[in-house]
Amino acid sequence: MERPLRLISANPVDALARTLEALLVVASQPLSVDELAQAAGDEAERVETALGLLGERYREGRSGIVLEQVAGGWAFRGSREAAEACGRLFERPVERGLSQAALETLAVVAYMGPCSRPEVARWRGVAVDSVIAGLVERGLIAEAGREPGAGGAVRYRVTPLFERVFGLESLAALPRLEELGGDAEELRGRLEALAERRPA
Amino acid sequence: MSVRELELDLDAFEGPFDLLLTLVLKEELGLAEVDVAGIVLAFVERLAEREELDLDACGEFLVLVAALLELKARGLFADGAELEDLEPEEAAEELARRLEEYRRIKAAAEWLGERLVAERDRFFRLGPAPLAPRGERRLAEQDPEALAAALRMLAAEPPEVSLSHLELRFPPVSQFLERFRALLGRRRRFDFDQEVAGLSRIEQAVAFLALLELRRSGEISLEQAAPFAPIRVARAVGGREEEEAWSARSA
Repeated sequence: MERPLRLISANPVDALARTLEALLVVASQPLSVDELAQAAGDEAERVETALGLLGERYREGRSGIVLEQVAGGWAFRGSREAAEACGRLFERPVERGLSQAALETLAVVAYMGPCSRPEVARWRGVAVDSVIAGLVERGLIAEAGREPGAGGAVRYRVTPLFERVFGLESLAALPRLEELGGDAEELRGRLEALAERRPA
Repeated sequence: MSVRELELDLDAFEGPFDLLLTLVLKEELGLAEVDVAGIVLAFVERLAEREELDLDACGEFLVLVAALLELKARGLFADGAELEDLEPEEAAEELARRLEEYRRIKAAAEWLGERLVAERDRFFRLGPAPLAPRGERRLAEQDPEALAAALRMLAAEPPEVSLSHLELRFPPVSQFLERFRALLGRRRRFDFDQEVAGLSRIEQAVAFLALLELRRSGEISLEQAAPFAPIRVARAVGGREEEEAWSARSA
């Protein structure tokens, strides 16, 4: 309605949507709206409209291919329905899960990153060298420059693969650190309840 | 009731309390992973189940848990000296801050762990990105002879590099000593700049060294009105007298 002129050219978004479909099926990593717009030779705004169209077509329950917004871009993935079948043929990037130490290190790097080994060690209170090496090997974290100054320690940040594996639109989709860890309150509550049950 | 047989069911450990202590002391279990609050809770709950208060057990438990907490607190400071430098209150505050940070990170790790399980069913394509055709370059028709010429140029012996400019020629200082002495034999004074004009920088420098040498042996006196002004050289006739006059002037 805002752009009546556009209505004359018989639904050109459909053609754009088909182009985006092709780009996304060929891609092996999420494509940003800008990348898609540049490749399709169209405006970012129209690309977003077309992506909305595609998102409706490729969604859980309707299609075996699902379009998702992940790691700062758009990508196709298999539907959850077909996960069992996929699992028989393909391996997940993190097939056997992660150890507690690996998860904590990943949490430090995701929230505090980029940060160096000594910084991660300070947060976790223990040495982290082998854990970091393991996460780098899995492709969940990667080197991101060095600390300022001569001979600064290598810094690490989480990778787009991390965002994909954890199904995050971006790092902003992580829960806020301040809102995490309410278990101290819960513990205190339980202790107080016990104290009340037992008069001194 | 025995404290050591207290059954624990923590995230990082399941079993009796004394086994946990043994594992921690043998460093087979990281204390950072152990939820001490969980141990306290298990003990208090167990205590609540009983009719009477077992003071011996409480005392033993307090000592063990205090030791465990101290170990854990020290573990949070990677560098023990860091803790020693602080006042007790400051250390307690710093410790509380770090525990809080650590607890949040642990909670974040837990969230990530749950997320990993919840998102297990997402399969997606992974692999190197397809090659992108970057900036097409079109070359004009080329003459193969140009390539041959370029190769021939590469094959040619490069001209020998001249090192002559690296060779510094230092005329001996003695040459200038003799020259200045002879000059002063003929004249009472001369102008250094005029004398060395036309010589190379190196020669001028050596000449200057000769001048200093003569000055040191008291054969001449030197005079310069201002920095970078012409240096006047005079024969030291009276020796000391003239030298003092020169010092006074230069001062």
